[in-house]
Amino acid sequence: MGVVNLTIDDLEVKAEEGMTVLEAAQSVGIDIPTLCHHDKLQTYTACRICMVEVEARGRIKLDTACSSPVRENMVVKTRTERIMRIRKTLLELMLAHAPDSRDLQDYANEYGADRKRFEKMSSFCIHCGLCVRYCAEVKKKSAVVFVGSGVSREISFVPEVASKECWNCKECFELCPTEALQAAYVLSGALITSLPTLAEV
Amino acid sequence: MAKIKSPEGLEKFRQELVAGLDPDMPSISVCTGSSCLAFGAGEVLAAFKAEVAKQGLEANVTTKAAGCPGFCERGPVVVIYPEEICYLQVRPEDVAEIVSTTIKEKKVVERLLYTDPSTGEVAIHEYDIPFYKNQKRLVINNNIKIDPRSIDDYIAVGGYSALQKVIEGMTQEEVIEEIDKSKLRGRSGSGFPVGFKWESCHKSSGGDPKYIICNCHEGDPGAFADRRLLEATPHTVLEGMIIGCYAIGSPMGYIFVGDEFPQTVENARQAIRQAEEYGFLGKNILGSGFDLTIEVYIDGGGYVLGESTALMASMEGRIGEPRTKYDHGTDRGLWAKPTVLNNLQSWANVPFIINNGAEAFRAIGTEESTGTRVFSLKGKVNNTGMVEVPMGMTFRELIYDVGGGIRGGRKFKALEAGGPMGGFIPESLLDTKIDYEEMDQVDLAMGPGLLVIDEDTCIVDMVKFFLTFLANESCGKCTPCREGLKQMLWIFDKITTGRGEVGDLELLEEIAAVQQEAALCALGQGAAGPLLTSLKHFREEFDAHIMEKRCPAGVCKELSQNKIYSQAR
Repeated sequence: MGVVNLTIDDLEVKAEEGMTVLEAAQSVGIDIPTLCHHDKLQTYTACRICMVEVEARGRIKLDTACSSPVRENMVVKTRTERIMRIRKTLLELMLAHAPDSRDLQDYANEYGADRKRFEKMSSFCIHCGLCVRYCAEVKKKSAVVFVGSGVSREISFVPEVASKECWNCKECFELCPTEALQAAYVLSGALITSLPTLAEV
Repeated sequence: MAKIKSPEGLEKFRQELVAGLDPDMPSISVCTGSSCLAFGAGEVLAAFKAEVAKQGLEANVTTKAAGCPGFCERGPVVVIYPEEICYLQVRPEDVAEIVSTTIKEKKVVERLLYTDPSTGEVAIHEYDIPFYKNQKRLVINNNIKIDPRSIDDYIAVGGYSALQKVIEGMTQEEVIEEIDKSKLRGRSGSGFPVGFKWESCHKSSGGDPKYIICNCHEGDPGAFADRRLLEATPHTVLEGMIIGCYAIGSPMGYIFVGDEFPQTVENARQAIRQAEEYGFLGKNILGSGFDLTIEVYIDGGGYVLGESTALMASMEGRIGEPRTKYDHGTDRGLWAKPTVLNNLQSWANVPFIINNGAEAFRAIGTEESTGTRVFSLKGKVNNTGMVEVPMGMTFRELIYDVGGGIRGGRKFKALEAGGPMGGFIPESLLDTKIDYEEMDQVDLAMGPGLLVIDEDTCIVDMVKFFLTFLANESCGKCTPCREGLKQMLWIFDKITTGRGEVGDLELLEEIAAVQQEAALCALGQGAAGPLLTSLKHFREEFDAHIMEKRCPAGVCKELSQNKIYSQAR
């Protein structure tokens, strides 16, 4: 493995080839916020909260730290005014779903996000996909999946799979950054539909 | 039909075809594009066949199910050759008269001709009609002359001569250089140089096989240029793709097209079958030793599939969601192999460039935006349809000369270019040229659709329509796009129902800024285009909705009702 030299927030960092900017930053104790990222799961780049500024070939562009591969002489800035503004708005959009989530509140305090900025949304889910991806990639069951697209996308347990697999697992509950009950609620909804009906009994 | 084994064989075959045709023989071309079919072109064609038989003219007159010439507004379109008399809005009951008067007596049926709504002037020939006269048709000029389902028709008008020329004596590098010199740029709207893309893929060390994809996804609401082009002249697209594959060194090409256009899919598939039969596809094409397979790939629907990474993901059998990429598609594209993904119109321009040379192509258009562009012109103009105009034409010329001005003598309000991710321009910017750079300066995108809006259309309502479309068509993966659109729609709902507040517009702008900066793919990044451009040019209309609770165009129902109530009191 070769060594890649880069600068993160004016700090010179020696990273290993193949690392992401997020990993390189973490290796020297620079904190970049994440929500949909998980070490055991494939890179997803959906929550966009880990956005950083990357200077490459004289141009500054925005990129997600969790996916951006380290390159020689790269200059990364993780807390510019622009980044702080983006993170603040993103958090406010997510707080519209889960204003009481501990993870979101911690970040909200850090970035000055107003939890009542946007219209309250009916579901707690911020679509980080941790439960969905964990079930698919680690447990290889796909008992919980995304259904729908666009603004009507939501998580849903597949009754036939969930009724067999979920009772003794529920490992995804702990991954949820907003409200574990959300998954429990959706799960019970799915299981009710898979219960045998009176006629069948 | 035996396979044609060499370029000389193709030339000989073409000469035989042309020799077998009598240029003076009357021929009736009925447009059978989807739009004319919807207007009843199928019945018109059947009526022509029956009438020709009834009058005993079968041996002397040919009847043809032709491709779409573009004047969809006035369909079904019928053109009588050799005089090129163009009849519009033909109904089955007109057929007997046309056959007896025009075919037999060589006189025109005046009431079916084009009459200019403003001057009252009558145009007999297709080329006299202002709609056609002001176009520059390189790609769609032969559509009405040929049957898109007949490869012989295409060959007879010079089709596959570019392929012939390439196989006869052009190296891969020479083909790429020619395309590069033509300055042909991606017709999807990005404007990326096609020649450069081909070269990167050709030289790529990303492994074999290399793939090419023709993107005919075209999900913009109301846009129909790409699919209509493929439907009307599938062999032009196919020829461009075959030449591209030859130049890049790719044994496999795909046409990515939606199932919602059955006629398009059918014509494309038939064209592929015919090209295989004639030896333009398959093994050892025209004796060159070059092998190629082209398939139609039916996409699963969904606007976001037009985005390159989502498109490739869906072709690989994964969920059609965009992903962050750090490699170029030409190094790591479909199945992680070097891939050239070009818009359908980019491929369709290739035969002309090879046949006529890069210079001839560059002579049309502006310095950096060369050639022509096929648009679907729609909205409140007199002449809607598929138009092909030279780059460098102004939008004013396009709307008034080609489009025939605003319908019903209403006042022009705005032009929307580039679909849900494009933008609006007001009257004062109509002299903007159709040119990648110039359009970019006024925040327009070079999409396939042009929508003309008149004073009776509410801009706020229009933007809400686009946002609703995107909200449904977004994949819903990333926060700024999904949540941003949700909140934007909420605010728009307030504004259009009289609950708008001071600060709403600023909030919209803030969400828009984050979308542009932080969204994962082009859909999210461009989602705010119509919103931001309309706020820039039509802010007073938003203000009227918010401050005065009034919809100046009288479109937003709740706000119009308010007015009626107050008058009643």
